[in-house]
Formats: sequence, structure tokens, C-alpha cells
Amino acid sequence: MSVLAYAWIIPVLPFIAFWLIIFFGRRLPGEGAYVAIGAMGIDALLSIAILSQVLDGATYQANIVWAMLGDRALEVGYQIDPLTAVMLIVVTVVGSLIFIYSIGYMHGDPRYSRFFAYMSLFAASMLTLVLANNLLLLYVGWEGVGLCSYLLIGFWFERPSAARAALKAFVTTRIGDTFMFVGILLVFFTLGTLQFDHVFEAVEGGALAGPLLTLAALLLFGGAVGKSAQLPLHVWLPDAMEGPTPVSALIHAATMVAAGVYLVARTYLLFFGSPGHEALTVVAWIGGITALMAATIGIVQDDIKRVMAYSTISQLGYMMLGLGVLGFTAGVFHLMTHAFFKALLFLAAGSVIHAMHTNDMKEMGGLAKVMPWTYGTMLVGALALSGIPPFAGFWSKDEILLEAFHHNRPLFWIGLVGAFITAFYVFRMIFLTFGGQLRSAARPHESPRVMTVPLVVLAAFSAVIGFVGAPWWDNPFHHFVEFEAAAGVPFDLSLALLSTAVALAGIAAAAAVYYWKVVSSASLRRAAGPLYGLLAHKYYWDELYGFAVIRPTLWISRQLRVFDLYAIDGAVNAVGIVFVWFARLYRLFDLYVVDGLVNLVGWVTGKVGGVLRFGQTGRPQSYLLAIAFGVIVLVIGGILR
Amino acid sequence: MLSLITFLPLAGGLLILLLPKTNHALMKNVSLLASGASFVLSLALLGMYQIGGGMQFQELYRWIPGIAINYHLGVDGLSLPLVVLTTLLSVLSLIYSWRIDLRLKEYLFLFLLLETGMLGVFLALDFFLFYIFWEVTLVPMFFLIAIWGGPRREYAAIKFFLYTLVGSLAMLLAILILYFNSDPRTFSVPELIRQQPLAGQPLLAALAFWGFFLSFAVKVPMWPFHTWLPDAHVEAPTAGSVILAGILLKMGTYGFVRFSLPLLPEAFKQYAVIVAVLALLGIVYGALVAMAQTDLKKLVAYSSVNHMGFVMLGVAAAAAAFGEPDKAQAATTALNGAVFEMVAHGIITGALFLIVGVIYDHRAHTRGVDEFGGLGSRLPVYTGISTMAMLASLGLPGLMGFVAEFLIFVGSFGIFPYFTAVALTGLVFNAAMFLWTIQRIFLGPFNERWAHLPDMDGREKLSLVPLAVLMLIFGIYPRPLLDVINAAMAVLVGVVR
Repeated sequence: MSVLAYAWIIPVLPFIAFWLIIFFGRRLPGEGAYVAIGAMGIDALLSIAILSQVLDGATYQANIVWAMLGDRALEVGYQIDPLTAVMLIVVTVVGSLIFIYSIGYMHGDPRYSRFFAYMSLFAASMLTLVLANNLLLLYVGWEGVGLCSYLLIGFWFERPSAARAALKAFVTTRIGDTFMFVGILLVFFTLGTLQFDHVFEAVEGGALAGPLLTLAALLLFGGAVGKSAQLPLHVWLPDAMEGPTPVSALIHAATMVAAGVYLVARTYLLFFGSPGHEALTVVAWIGGITALMAATIGIVQDDIKRVMAYSTISQLGYMMLGLGVLGFTAGVFHLMTHAFFKALLFLAAGSVIHAMHTNDMKEMGGLAKVMPWTYGTMLVGALALSGIPPFAGFWSKDEILLEAFHHNRPLFWIGLVGAFITAFYVFRMIFLTFGGQLRSAARPHESPRVMTVPLVVLAAFSAVIGFVGAPWWDNPFHHFVEFEAAAGVPFDLSLALLSTAVALAGIAAAAAVYYWKVVSSASLRRAAGPLYGLLAHKYYWDELYGFAVIRPTLWISRQLRVFDLYAIDGAVNAVGIVFVWFARLYRLFDLYVVDGLVNLVGWVTGKVGGVLRFGQTGRPQSYLLAIAFGVIVLVIGGILR
Repeated sequence: MLSLITFLPLAGGLLILLLPKTNHALMKNVSLLASGASFVLSLALLGMYQIGGGMQFQELYRWIPGIAINYHLGVDGLSLPLVVLTTLLSVLSLIYSWRIDLRLKEYLFLFLLLETGMLGVFLALDFFLFYIFWEVTLVPMFFLIAIWGGPRREYAAIKFFLYTLVGSLAMLLAILILYFNSDPRTFSVPELIRQQPLAGQPLLAALAFWGFFLSFAVKVPMWPFHTWLPDAHVEAPTAGSVILAGILLKMGTYGFVRFSLPLLPEAFKQYAVIVAVLALLGIVYGALVAMAQTDLKKLVAYSSVNHMGFVMLGVAAAAAAFGEPDKAQAATTALNGAVFEMVAHGIITGALFLIVGVIYDHRAHTRGVDEFGGLGSRLPVYTGISTMAMLASLGLPGLMGFVAEFLIFVGSFGIFPYFTAVALTGLVFNAAMFLWTIQRIFLGPFNERWAHLPDMDGREKLSLVPLAVLMLIFGIYPRPLLDVINAAMAVLVGVVR
């Protein structure tokens, strides 16, 4: 038996770790941390073993019957193919490094064990999501990661802002999930199956086609929009930065938020098969607009984690853009490289926060000398994000732009502008944090080894992982993760030079403002005027939702409560009162009419008796007199007749 | 066997009446023993039950032969899960009621009488017998609310009693219509299903349908007959709320599935859309009104209106699919989901009311959602179990509520696609409502007013942990329960078809 047949162990291990830590917590080795890391470490080794087998062309699929519905079985199971193998590596390798880093970052937290429990539950859900061979199990994992995201954003729940952010994240993504759920129902209703390969067979056979297919694809995409924080459901991700930084790195940068991209990639045939690639076009435009919009917001943020958050939204937009312009491989490739360099950037930012005890970049500066390891690794991450060769982000972003250039020219320009802005905001962050002089009274220090070693490992990945998609080895990634009907466009040197030049220009612009200070940022802000206001208010999305969604919902809810209390329950009580009144009326009727009649009969009888009593004298003379009178009357009566 | 399960609690109750009034421990032990024995027997029943074997363990005796009334009990895949749920929740509620000492003897007697009544409702296969059990449940519940209830207990108890009684009378009318149209005349439910006495008499069928409807809809409760529920819940003692939400409401949906569907399929199909719309109103309206509540118990009560709406959506969908073989699969799925949701809601909402009781009865003496805050940092066990139950209630995959909702939606989507899409919005409101509640009670800065609050004690854990474990087990792997239900629903849809 190959290792693939045991792949189901991968999500089970962290799931067991979760329960162990919940129940035994501090009594476990490393207060639970070692248990969690052990589970993830074994998973990483398993994933590497699986990858090596999948590279040799192995695939695997297994099912169990989850429910019997009438005489039809609803099966769930897992599958292993190149896409899953890549995702497994991303989740387990990045996950393991972040778990190790967390030992240092979370040191001394009162709920230290709980943190590792939630992280393990997250890993279990995410790995379930990735391994699922059907929409049902995928949805289970999907909601599971959503729950963990909720728990971890609200990890420091004593802070009201954290509690609010957690609620916002869950509810916002749930709105997307509802669309996805309808999509799943539509697929099941039309095709009678939720298993991916059966669904794809049916779609290829034409059982689900035309507008209905587009609808199904777009409904599923609704879930992806929520999870991957795309427009218009992106509002939760920046607030999610209330969670501890390792959470932001693992969940809100590397893995969970990429699940939406993974979903589109996993069900790519549904999008691809929709008439005229309509569904893909929607995906591409949503992604492109999100990429540009989030990048522009990133420029004006002063909170180092929020810069990263908007960067993540923007980069997820690039992935969607890539998938949408027929760049299946490009999108997945960027998902992978981004997971490494964005996790790196977040962990490095966490290291800075750990040293400074603040997120505000205005209070930082000059950290390059104090924190050389953090600085060096973060610089690698920034270069990768900007798309400077040979770092990882260059290869994948370049591929996305290349696909856009060939299949959707307007989106190519949007992407290129976005690339400039990306380089600008990330180097703005680098210069503000590490350049110049320290702008506060803090006494920063380099982070402990347990934090810097994961940074170095991630930096190494971020530097070289892009080569798997480099043209000079015949682009191995393209042959590994591919969608046959949408083969990749070959490498184009002039475009690569163009995108590199744009990125360099972005870095130079950032340097001009924040390092050489040729122009002051304050004067730029004044010059931008209302545009700056728009960006600083994040295009007023939160205000819009507060005004158009949340307040009306609460208002309706309160009105309905009043309606329930007074109208419906009032009607019930009114019926009751009417009956009580009737009862009173009956009582009066009873008292005065029915009973009155009875009494009247009695009264009349009594009165009559009273009158007649006078006749009953008891004296014979009176009776004789009466008889005599009677006789006389009868006689007279007889004569007169 | 079935008679033993049904009447053991009553026997225990009668025994308690004979015991000395002062010996509380003895009375409690007897009550626990009686309902515990009933629970163990129902588990044995579960073990011996043949999946797909139709109606089993039947007991049939002539009772009043002159008008064809029999003593007839039986159990199938529809009633079996509900019977086990009843005995389980009864035992757990008695464990939780350990602290009751006001008029203990009456309390225990009424509680055990109630248990017998509920079991009888689920097991009776003769309409006359069913009606007696149905009414028997009413009386003890009335006194449980009216004596051991909150400040407005008399109002709530009378409202509950009258509302249900009006419904019962309508049901009696429906039963008599069926009886007088059967030939030979019978009260036997299987026999009536075989005869279909009202087939081809649309007017009488409609009358009978609405008769049953009124009675069951009040019990469920469906919108707009639901307003007795929040009052009854708020005033009832904790154990009463658990039984009320966990089991008494299921009697309504059970009635729809057991009687309305197979006895009056044509009438039900005709009015299925109306029922579905009312269910839909319950779903959306219940969730929204729950969101505006500040009393935790009322909040849970309205969420019950929402969840029972899901059940009724599934039942209505199945009814609408009558006579259409290509929709039989969807109908079976929807009914599976509906019955699964009955059990799931019993477990989850039962747990939720226990949770409210834990904080209200012996700790804070308030249920105001806004009066707490930050309890998560001081009461970790309580927070954990509460969060789990609320997540299960909002339909989080991996917990029991999701399986039920998934099946209902999958089934009803094939029959009422648009209604189902609307119903799905209820999920968002539900999520928002429960998470907001969690946020207000458990998250945020700790409210120092509750600094003295202890975490859950052993007995409270004993009554809640089994429910939490069941939520998880059936949420991950529903087959053990679902197979039992599915076999019965497949038969039912076969009959209805």
C-alpha cells in the first residue's frame, strides 16, 4: 500500500491534538505546543512523501458512505492529485514553521495552550478542505476554518475590538457561504452528486450547461469571494488583524483566505465550461478590481499589520485575476509562492511588533540595526512581494500578467498599475520600519531564535520556490498542476522586463518619499486631497454596510419584536379578552335573564300564593259563604245563558 | 416492552406519591431509577430494532370493542429516535432538577407522568389512545409551569393550556371525521392509512387536514401560532423548558409526519405551499425576532421557532412531492432531514435551555444578555459548552444541526428551490444572532459584578456533557441515527406515493 492510502491520517492528527490540548492543556509536553507541532510535523513529512509519489504520477481516491437517502448513498471521501499535493505542502510546511514561531510569540500568554488547540483545529479543518473529493466535505472544512478564524481573531476577546472583528469576520464570510451553499444545492439537485470527478464528468457530458452552469459557478464563487476577502465582502480581513500575528500569518495570509482561490481552481471546469467563459470573466474582473483597490488602500495605512492585510486582499485579487484570464496554473502558482512570502512578511512584522509592542509604523524606524535577522528576512519577503527577480513572487505574478496580456488587455493594465503600487506600499513599510531613526522611546531587541529560525527558513523558500515555475527548466510547475483546456502562455522576456521595471519604479518612488525624502509624505497627502480621504476611509465600505445593511437589519429585527409582542401576541390576548368579556356577558345574562326568569317564576308563584292565602281562613262559615256565592253565580250564569 | 417503557415512569411516580414527604433523597432516587430504567430499556429497544423492518414490537389488545378502540403500540424509524430522545432528556432533566425542593413530591410525580404521556404519544398507533396521551401531556406541563414557574407563571400556563386545548379539539374533530368515514369503522392508524377513507372527498379531507393542522401547528409552533412559546419558556422552570423545547414541540412535527402525511396526502399536497410559506416566515421571522431579544431564554425560544420552521419546510416539501415519482428521492431526503432536525433540535435546544438554567437558576438570577460580558475568561467549561451548543444551533458543519439542515435543504431544494434559497438567509441571521449573543455574554472585558460566579459543578456537567458528545458524534458521522430514520421515511414516501 502506498502512503496515499493513509492520507486520511493527515487531518485526523491535528484533530486529535486539538482534543488532547483542550482536555489536558498545560499537563502536556510544552503545555500542548509540542503536541500541536508534532502533529503538524508528521503531517508535513507525510505531505512530502505524498508529493514525491504524486510527482511520479500517482493519484488516489477513497470514499465512505456518509448518509443513505432513500436508496441512494451520499458518499464522502478524499482524493490526492497534484493540486491537493501542492496545497498539502503549503499548509503543513508553512503551518509547522508558524507553529514553531508561535512558541516564542505567544510565550507567557494566559491562554497559551488554548492557542495551540485552536491552531490545531484550524489545521485539521484546512487539511480536510484540501483533501476533500466532494463539495460536502469541502464545505465542512470550509466552515471549520471559518470557525477557527472566528475563535482566533477573537483570541484576545477581552478587547471589545477583537470580539467585534471576530463576529464581523464570521458573519461576512457566512454571507458568501450562503451563496456557496445554494450553489452546492444546485449542483446536487441537477447532477445528483457532489463528488468532483462525477460533477466534472456530468458537466463535460452536458448535464449541467448554459446559464445554469454559469449560475452554479457564480454561486460557488460567492463563497470564494467571502473567504478570500474579495470585493465586496473584503471588509472583514483588515479587522481580522486583531488576532495574534501568527494567526494572521497562517490563516489570514497563507492558507485559509487562499481557500477561495483553491475552490475556484478545484471546480475550475464549472467556471471554464460556462458559456463564453462568462463565469471566469466575472472572477477575473472581481479579482482585478480588488487587487487594485486594496493596493491603493495599503498605501495610506500606518498599522504594519493592516498594510499586510490589504496587501493580502490585493494579492488574492491577483490570484483570482490569474484564474479568471485562463491562467489556471498561474493562479495556483501565485497561491503557493504567496503563501510562503506573505507568511514570512507577517511573521517578520510580528517579530517587529514583539519588539516594539505596537503596530504603529510612525513609532518605529531604524530597526535594521537592532533586528538584523528580521530586517534581512523581511527584505526578502518585500522583494518577493514586489515581484523582483529571482524572488518567488516575480515568477508567479509575471505569469498572471502574461496571461492577462494575452486574454484580457484592460485587466493587464490594471494589474500592472497594481504591481507598481504593491512595490510602493511594501517598501514604504520597509523604509518606515527599518530605515531612518527610531521615532519612539521603545527599546527594541532582536526576537529569540525560536522566532528567527522560521523566518530564515521561510525567507529561503521565498527566495527560491519560484524556480519551480521558471522557464529555463521547462517550467515544471506547469506540467504538474495544469488544466489541459487552458494551457499556459509561454514565457515572454519583454513582458518580464516590463513588470520588473514597473516594480523597481515602485520601489524607487517609495524610496524617494520615505528614504531620501525628496518629497515629504505630508505634502503628497495634501496634494492628493479628497483622494487621500477616500483611501484613508477605505472607500467607505464599512460606512456603507453599516448604513445599508446592519442598521436596517437591526431595525427590522426590533420592529418585528414589537410586532410580535403587540400584533401577534396582542391578537392572541385579544381573543382571550373577548372570550372573557363574553363570559362576563353570559354571567350577566345568566344572572339577570336566565336566573331572573327562574326567580320571576318563583316570585310570581309566591305572590300568587300570598294572595290566595287570604282565602284560606280555616272558618267553616267563610267556606259555606263561598260555596253559597258559587252556587248563586252558577245559577245566574245558567239562567242568563 | 413498549408498555413497560411507557408506564415505568408513571409507576415510579405513583410510588413516589406513597413515600414519606420528608425523605427527599429517596423520592429523587426513585424518580431517577424509574426514568433511568425507561431510558435503559429504550436503549435496549434501539439495540434490538431491525432497521427497515417497519412497525415493530407491536402490542395490540382489544380495549373498547364496541367502537373499535384498541390498545395498540408500536415503534418504527420515525418514533424510535424520538422515544430515546424523550427518555434521555427526561433522565438528564431529573438530574438537573436535583436542587428543586419546593413541593418535591408533586414535582417528581408530574414530571414522570409527563414522561409517560410523551412516550405514549410517540408509541400509540390507535387514535383514541393517542388522543388520551396527547391530553395527558398537557396537564403536568400546565402545573409544572404554574407552580414552579417564574413571576408570570399563571398567565403563561393558562395561555399554554388554552392554546393547546383549542388545537386538541380541532384534532378530535379531524379524528372523528376519519373514524366516521372509515369502513369498517376504526381508530387504528395503520388501518386508516390502508383504507385512505377520505380519498376522493376533498371537502372532508380539507376539513380533517386543517383540524390536524391547527392542533399540530400550535404545538410546533408554526408562525403565527407561536406566541405561547416564549411566554411558556420564560416562565417554565429549567427542566420544564428542556422538555417543552426538546420533546413537546416535536409532538407537533411528529403528528404532521405520522398522520397528516400518510392519511391525507392529497389535502396536504394541495395546501403544502401555504404550510411552506408559514414555515418560511417562521424561519426568517424567528431568527430576526430572536436577534432583538435581551432575555436569553426568549432568544432561545425564538430560535426554536426558527428551527422548527426548517422542520416544517422539509415536511411541506415532502407533502408537495406527493404523487410525483421523480421527486420521491428529494421527498425522502427532506423528510430525513426533518426528522433528523427534530432529534437534533431536541438535543441542541435541550442543551441550550440547560445552559440558560445553569447561569440563571443558581448563579446570576438574571437572563439579560447585556448584563454579562467577558465570562469566557472566568468560566471556561461553561463557555466552551455554551459556545459549542450555540454553534451547533447555528448549523456549523461537524455538529448535529448542520446535518439536519443540509438534508432539509438538499431535499426541499428539489421541490421548492426558491423557498429554500430564501430559507438559507435564515442561516445568516442565525449565525449573526448566536455569535452576537456569544460576544455579549462571554467576550469583551469581564464584568466584575460576576466575580463570585463559580464554573459548572459535577451534576450540571453530567446533564450537559452527554448532549454535547451526541452533537459532535452525529455531526461527524450521522449514519447510525440516519439509517434508522431513512428506512422509515423511504417506506413513508412509498406509501404516500
